[in-house]
This record gives sequence, C-alpha cells and structure tokens, in this order.
Amino acid sequence: MSRLLEARDLCAYYGPTQVLFGLGLAVDEGGITTLLGANGAGKTTTLRSLSGMCRTNGDIRFDGKAIAGRATEDIVRLGIAHVPQGRGTFSRQTVEENLEIGAMTRHGRAAIAADVERVYGYFPRLKERRGQQAGTLSGGEQQMLAVGRAMMLRPRLMLLDEPSFGLAPLIVEELFGILRTLNKNEKVSMLLVEQNAALALDLADHAYLIETGRLVTEGPARQLRDDENIRRSYLGY
Amino acid sequence: MELFLHQVLAGLATGGIYACMALAVVMIYQAIDHLNFAQGEMAMFSTFIAWQLIQWGIPYWLAFALTIAISFAAGVVIERVVLKPIHDAPILSHVVAFIALLAILNSSAGFLWDWTIKNFASPFGSGQFLGQNLLSRHDAGMIGVTLLMLVALYLFFRHTRIGLAMRAAAANPESARLAGIRVGWMNALGWGMAAAIGAVAGMLIAPVVFLEPNMMLSILLYGFAGAVVGGLTSPGGAVFGGFSVGVIENLAGTYIPVVGREMKLSIALCIIVAVLCVKPSGLFGRPVVTRV
Repeated sequence: MSRLLEARDLCAYYGPTQVLFGLGLAVDEGGITTLLGANGAGKTTTLRSLSGMCRTNGDIRFDGKAIAGRATEDIVRLGIAHVPQGRGTFSRQTVEENLEIGAMTRHGRAAIAADVERVYGYFPRLKERRGQQAGTLSGGEQQMLAVGRAMMLRPRLMLLDEPSFGLAPLIVEELFGILRTLNKNEKVSMLLVEQNAALALDLADHAYLIETGRLVTEGPARQLRDDENIRRSYLGY
Repeated sequence: MELFLHQVLAGLATGGIYACMALAVVMIYQAIDHLNFAQGEMAMFSTFIAWQLIQWGIPYWLAFALTIAISFAAGVVIERVVLKPIHDAPILSHVVAFIALLAILNSSAGFLWDWTIKNFASPFGSGQFLGQNLLSRHDAGMIGVTLLMLVALYLFFRHTRIGLAMRAAAANPESARLAGIRVGWMNALGWGMAAAIGAVAGMLIAPVVFLEPNMMLSILLYGFAGAVVGGLTSPGGAVFGGFSVGVIENLAGTYIPVVGREMKLSIALCIIVAVLCVKPSGLFGRPVVTRV
C-alpha cells in the first residue's frame, strides 16, 4: 500500500508554546489510522497542523505533494476533509444547506445533488430533517451531519476529531459502523483521533500513541490492543 | 388621519434608506464582528462620485449603475488593503481604522468637491405620486428601489451558492475554511456589497438632505438605531428596524410637540438606549454566547 499522507518531524506552536515535538506519522491509501493519547497530548493539534490551522515546522506530504504551510482552503481542495472537534455545524443553516456548504469547492449541480442523496442513503435520519435548522439536531445527528458534510467534498482522506465525543453508546456504534462502510465502499482513507481507545483500535488498522506532543509507540492496531503494558499505562482499560 | 398617513408613508420612504444603512452595517458586523463607523462616509463619497458622473453629462441611471460598480470595487479594495492586515488585531485597532477611514473620506470629499451644499436631482421628479397627495414621487421611488434591492439581496443570499458560501463564512469562519471556502474573499465581497448598498442609499437620500460631506452623519446614526432595534445578528431584523425607525422618527416629530424638527435626531439615540436596556440582542437577534 502506498502512503497517502506522511508527516515528518512535525512541530506545532500556539503562540510561543510548543505543542508537538517532532512527530512522525503516516496514513496508507485506503487505510484507517488512529491517533491515541490522553487529554492534552496534542491529538487535535496534530489534525489542525495537517489542515494548516496551526503554525508548524516540518514536512507534511499528501499524495507526494508538500502541503506544510499552505492555506487551509487550499489543503482542503486537495481532498482532505477535516471533521473538527465540536462538529463545526452551521447551526442556523438547514441540514441540506450544511451539506451544500460541504460541496462548495465542487462544480456540477447534478453531481452535487446526487451526492446529497448518497449522504442521505448512509444517514436516513438526516433526510427526515433536511429542512430543519442544524442547530436543533441532537448531538448524534449533528455528528452524522458533520461526517456527511465532509463526504460532500468527495475527499480522499478524512480527518476525524473525536467523533464519539458526548454520544450515547448505541449512536457511537452506528456511527462507527458507517465509518467502516465509508472506508470500504467509498475508498476514503481516515485518520481518526479518539479518546475511546478500544473503539478506535477496533476500527483502525494502524495506530499511533502520543504523549505531550511526542510519539510513544506505533504499530498495527491489533498489536497495540494486545499489549498489556501499553493498554494499562496509556489506554486505561 | 391624512396627516397621520402622510407621516407614516414619508417615514417608510426615509426608513427604507435607514434600512439600507442598517443592512450594510449588519452585513459587515456579521463578517468581522465590528461596527463600521465609516459606512456613512463611504456612502457619501459614492454619492459624490455619482454627482460628478452626472455633471460630466452621463445619464442618471447609467451614472447610478456605474456608481454602484465603482463603490463595490472600492469596498473590496478597502477590505483587502485596510482591514485584512489588521484582521487579528484587537477591537481598538479596528475602531481606529474605521475612524481614520471616516476622516479620510470626509476630508477628501471636502477637498475634491468643496464643502458647499449641492443639489442632487431626483430621477423620479418632484411632483406627487399618481396624482394623490400622500406620497411624493421621490418618496415612492425610494420605497420602490429599496424594496427591489432588498428582494434581490434576499434571493442572492437564499438561492445562490456564493450567497450560501458568504453566509457560511460569516456564521462559522473556521468550519467554512474546512469546507474549502475562501473566507477572506467572502469578507471582501461582503464589504463590496455593503459599499454598494450604501451607495444606493446615499444616491436616494441625497435629493432629500442635499449633497455635502456631512450628509450621512445623521443617516448612519438612524441606520445604527435600525440595526440595534432589529438585532445586529439579523439582516431581516435590521431592515425591519430601519423602516420602524423611519416611521417612529416622523410620527414623534409630528405629534410630540417638544420633539419637532430639531430634536428628531435624539429620537434615534433614545431608541438605541431603550433597546439596549430592554432587549440588548434586538427584536430579532439572538444573544451572543461565548465559550470561556
């Protein structure tokens, strides 16, 4: 498998504070990679760095092209859809408008309309609520809308920032099932940031574990899951 | 009764202008979270451009269209040159930039076209509208043009993709960027449109208040009042607020003896204070909640 995304020696800063210290990670074409770590380890910052939303140092390549230092809008246009923490819903706009916003970089009315239907195929509940203001949806529905909005970009890579956050276990199960299907059917590669390590290691095929902005270990998801020491010390289950 | 109706209709006519200014203020407020104090001077300057074009012998409606185009371009340029560099600066920097803009536009209009009061002809003529004596032709024209523009703007924001992109950029810039929307350019576009709306307002009100560099000072104040009444977060509310302020101003001027003509402007300030005391988010606005 070829590498779709690769970051080397990635450092990130908020003002004068350094948050990431020479991180290296990669996502394979068609794969699901997960990034694990405790609160404040720098998971969200890593995703934000990849999307050009932080001041960074180091080399980031997407499909062989260097993207470090580029504007967020331009990185997105290469086919990287970032589902941010807190879902980034446009709460005063309707569900359908949210999906149309997701397709703003694309052309062709018919293709976009077809993709709206495709998203409704994966998330039938969004179709029932298509005319409703997105802010009135439940948390689970908003998370589905955020994933749907990302799909509208027809991305090659999805960056998912804690999609399970604040959702009921049943909803999480449904959502992760859909993520698995998306990965398989739509050939979308994924980089998943999660607090819920058990869940993430189930879905992913490769995992990175970070602590205070530095890499602790990496390997196939199965291997991390079966490592008693790592599980106790870092994953907390 | 006829006096009452007459005052209401005349109030709606000037209220349309306040609505335009309120809308321009709200559009920029939505995009950058600051009030543009220079909005009135931008409109005044546009009106002088229209006057100059007409002086050069260009027919009124062509000058009207040209002025809108020039104002739009100037609005975009102002955003790119003046505001983009200070985008992340604190609020005081913005206030200073707006005041500088106000002073520069005001003085250069005085320098270029001098401070004497000029006549600005109405394209609608000066007689009564359709032979009745409630509404003058210019008042009717003002209401008509304002409504047309508001409908066009509504359709633009509701039914075009770029309108949706602008709404998205204003509502949630970070998320909009993640959808690939060029938020900076959407802001510039918003400035261009606000400048164009202001230009229309200026050209329509100039025959009433006469053209001079300070003509928009009170108009902008009424516009602010309208925006505050409707809520700074609601474009529709701003339009409603603008019309209401126009009508309230006229009725108060007619029926409350102490107010008369001279005290009219204080009504705008009273409305602002009253609304801020009773319902700070305005009639249609939503309270702004910030996570800390």
